[in-house]
Amino acid sequence: MIRRFLIPSQFLGLSAKLLPWLSSFAALLIAIGLYLALFVVPPDYQQGDTVRIMYVHVPSAWMALNVYLFLAVASAVSLVWRQPLADIAAQAAAPIGAAFTFVCLVSGSLWGRPMWGTWWVWDARLTSVLVLFFLYLGYIALVDAFDDPSRGARAASVLAVVGVINLPIIKFSVDWWNTLHQPASVLRLGAPTIYLSMLIPLLVMAVGFTLLFAALLLLRMRTLLFERRARALRLHSPAAAAARRELVGAPSEVLLRGASKGDR
Amino acid sequence: MRSFAHFLAMGGFASFVWPAYGVALAVLGGLVLLSLRRYRLSRRALERLENRDRRGR
Repeated sequence: MIRRFLIPSQFLGLSAKLLPWLSSFAALLIAIGLYLALFVVPPDYQQGDTVRIMYVHVPSAWMALNVYLFLAVASAVSLVWRQPLADIAAQAAAPIGAAFTFVCLVSGSLWGRPMWGTWWVWDARLTSVLVLFFLYLGYIALVDAFDDPSRGARAASVLAVVGVINLPIIKFSVDWWNTLHQPASVLRLGAPTIYLSMLIPLLVMAVGFTLLFAALLLLRMRTLLFERRARALRLHSPAAAAARRELVGAPSEVLLRGASKGDR
Repeated sequence: MRSFAHFLAMGGFASFVWPAYGVALAVLGGLVLLSLRRYRLSRRALERLENRDRRGR
C-alpha cells in the first residue's frame, strides 16, 4: 500500500526537476534541426527541395513506432504487475504517439504527391501506418469507454499489447511487399545509404523529437496524477461522506422507491 | 542563402514543403499548448481541493 503511493510521489519530485531540462533541450535541438533542414541542407539532385519534407516526415515516423513500442511495454507492465505508474505512462503517451503518426501520414502524403504523383496508395507501408494511427485512436477511445476507469485501462492495455504485431509489419513492409515507399536508408544492415550532410540534420531532429516526447510524457503523467488525486479527494470529501451517510441511513423503503423509478 | 522569395519558393515545391512543416508545427505545437493548459487546470483544481480539506478539518 505504501509502495503504491511512494512511487508516484517520487515520480512527481523527479519529473519536476527533469522537465525544464528536457523541454529546453528539445526546443534547442528542434530549432537547430529546423535551421539545418531549411537553410543549410542543399536541395536533392533528384527530388529538389521536396527532400526537406524528410526532416519532419522521417523523425515523426520513427517517433510513431517508438512511442507505440513504449505504449505497448507500459501496457504490458500495467497488465502483469499492476504498476499504477505504468498505466499512467501509457495513457499519457498515447495522444503524443497519435500526433506523431498524424504528422508522419500528412507529411508523407505531401511528399508523395510531387514525387510519386499520388497523395495516397493502399500499399503495405502506408496502410500499416494508417492502422497504427487507428490503434492509437482505439487505445484512447477504450480508456474512456467504461464507467469503471480500471476496466477501460485494462481493455486498452490489451489492445496496445496485441497491436505490437503491427510494428514489424510496418518496419519490414518495404522489404516484404512491392510498394512505392523506398526501403530504409538509415536503420538498415550495413552502413546508411544517406549522405552525412543529410543524416546529421535528420538525427538532430530525431533526438529533438525524442526529447519533446519525453517532456510531454512527464507533463501529461503529472497531469493524470493530479487529476486522479483530485478525484480521490472529491470522493472522500466531507460533503460526499455526508451524502453517503444519508443514503445508507435512509429507510430501505425510500431507496427501493428510488430504484424502481429507474434513477440509481 | 539567396533572396527571401527564392527561399519561400522552395524550388517550385512551396505548396508541398510549407504545408508539411505547417502541419507538424500546428499538431505538435497544439499538443504542447493543450497539455500545458490541462496541466495548469489539474494543478489548480487539486490545490483548491487540498485547501478546502485543510479548512474543513
